[in-house]
Amino acid sequence: MEEELLEDILASFKGKRYELVPILQEVQDNLGYLPEKAMLDIARFVGVPESHVYSVASFYAQFRLLPLGRKRVAVCRGTACHIRGAPQILSTIVKTIDLKEGETSDDLEYTLETVACIGCCALAPCIRINREVSGDMTPEKAKGLFLVKEGGEDVE
Amino acid sequence: MSNKRNTVLVCQGTGCVSGGSEQVFSLLKDEIEDSGHAEDILIKRTGCHGFCQQGPLIVIEPEGIFYTKVKTEDMPEIIQALLPGGKPTERLLYRDPITDKPIPHYREIPFYNKQERTILKHCGYIDPEDINDYLEIGGYKALRKAISEMTPEGVISEVKGSGLRGLGGAGFPTGRKWESCRNVYGEIKYVVCNADEGDPGAFQDRSVMEGNPHSVIEGIIIAAYAIGAEKGFIYVRAEYPLAVNRLKIAIEQARQEGLLGNHILDSDFSFDLEIFQGAGAFVCGESTALVRSIEGKRGMPKVMPRPRTTEEGLWNKPTLLNNVKTFANIPLIISNGSEWFAQRGTEKSKGTAVFSLTGKVTNCGLIEVPMGATLRKIIFDIGGGVPGGKAFKAVQTGGPSGGCLPADMIDIPVDFDSLTKAGSIMGSGGLVVMDEDTCMVDVARYFLDFTQRESCGQCIPCRLGTRQMFEILDDITKGKGRHGDIDLLVELSESIKRSSICGLGKTAPNPVLTTLRYFRDEYEAHIHEKRCPAGVCMMQEENE
Repeated sequence: MEEELLEDILASFKGKRYELVPILQEVQDNLGYLPEKAMLDIARFVGVPESHVYSVASFYAQFRLLPLGRKRVAVCRGTACHIRGAPQILSTIVKTIDLKEGETSDDLEYTLETVACIGCCALAPCIRINREVSGDMTPEKAKGLFLVKEGGEDVE
Repeated sequence: MSNKRNTVLVCQGTGCVSGGSEQVFSLLKDEIEDSGHAEDILIKRTGCHGFCQQGPLIVIEPEGIFYTKVKTEDMPEIIQALLPGGKPTERLLYRDPITDKPIPHYREIPFYNKQERTILKHCGYIDPEDINDYLEIGGYKALRKAISEMTPEGVISEVKGSGLRGLGGAGFPTGRKWESCRNVYGEIKYVVCNADEGDPGAFQDRSVMEGNPHSVIEGIIIAAYAIGAEKGFIYVRAEYPLAVNRLKIAIEQARQEGLLGNHILDSDFSFDLEIFQGAGAFVCGESTALVRSIEGKRGMPKVMPRPRTTEEGLWNKPTLLNNVKTFANIPLIISNGSEWFAQRGTEKSKGTAVFSLTGKVTNCGLIEVPMGATLRKIIFDIGGGVPGGKAFKAVQTGGPSGGCLPADMIDIPVDFDSLTKAGSIMGSGGLVVMDEDTCMVDVARYFLDFTQRESCGQCIPCRLGTRQMFEILDDITKGKGRHGDIDLLVELSESIKRSSICGLGKTAPNPVLTTLRYFRDEYEAHIHEKRCPAGVCMMQEENE
């Protein structure tokens, strides 16, 4: 399944070196992360050493080398969010879902991340779960978000 | 705009979308159709109106009725108000924060009527996903004029004459950059639009791309004509999916109209444009790092001494790199002339500046003022001051490369040179307001945490220096500061500024240096009295 998907993705590129970042993005979009095997195949496809693919994948904050949770929780640590209480939002979520920044739960339900800035600064502090942004967060609202979501359907 | 009785503009900027404006838009559309009045009422999705904090926003033209915080359940009332004889729904109108009186029309709201919008003029009024809307307001006329009536040199001289300076933050004269790129010998040249808006607390480039993507694209095509490039890239942060999507649509539509591709507008000039999505590295806002990133490498700046990007950029070819807002100004300059543009602003900073006004300020959002407007005008007249009766303490400009200016500098004009003189920078346009409850040492610690995370690690002063500064600041905010820490911070700052390879390192100490310059007493209270005057930092001694 994964292999076929990867083949399909690679087939839509030319195999040029400058396509490396877009290829990694496309693969991660589809597989959720960059499995080692995929990175090896990509290295052969664009004709660069495996170490180069790893060095690029590990340089950019966007790329993940481990599987992610179904719900990717990103707490914004932008300036506006910071001075309007982002640290309290983060610590509340850390306690509520019992994960530290960068961690994924064993059941692959959640991944907790922080991002430099979502760009919703007028609604600070804000968080993003998968693609959905929620602004004007308070510790209570953040907590409620997870308690409701746990019993309910997926956010996406 | 149309011959219908009313036009309903539903904001679909990232801020309003997060408040549910997509659902509002589709429901409103259905209900207008069901109401049997669809022939009188045009409903339109638009980009950012700017007043994100009050979102989701709806504007009803021609009157300019302004609804705030609209929810799906408000639809029946909004529809009723649109029918003949209907009155605006008072409940949804903006209220003056002091008198609590409703202000029905956006043109009367201080947040809007104190601004001068040129780059943002059409953001919020045209459908960013429909090129016809842009064409109707005179879009691509500047490109037509440039190609059919002007030589590339003529275009460059117009841009030079306008006095436009790069709005990415550094303020390099745009016309001079174009001229030097044109004059470099090379068969192949590139144009790159830097839309890697990485400063935390800044979203003005995103809003321009989401609200009026064609204005940016038109500016890029004119630049390509001026320097003689056939290929260009827009480098957008991956964190801006909506902007990426709207740009993709806009590029495709421009191709179909013959505005991109071979023989643009039946001339000899050919140019095509591609989007490249950044992958989450702040340092890629630096020109040489950005270029390497497009080439498929780690985004690490080139080591000095090095040729300018205009001489040796993408794949070692001459490359013109400008910011989103710089390009968005170009069609205006070409259409209206350099003199028109130079009317606004100060002697050395012409035109307008777009800011993301955020933090502890009553009216958060996207604003535009002429260069040289005072901080007071921006924060108090437009921003409505600090909420909750708190005292205004400082304003941060320029993101992690900028600084914090204290309350008594409220009357300085905002332009490239005044801000630099005050120890901060113009930057790309983030303006974060801080009140008495903000601890300036914590803010400095916050920025150094950011830069030490984002340092590419290539040069030692930046990699290790910012880390050391962060640890010292972290200790100070935990009540573990020591005598001599301030001197050590200053010494580290000076060496990092002097010896780092790129702008990230060279400017990283600015938040510390400006807070030390203007708020030294707060550092001293933390270090010597183990006390945080703003009550933000948790001193460990007290907890244990």
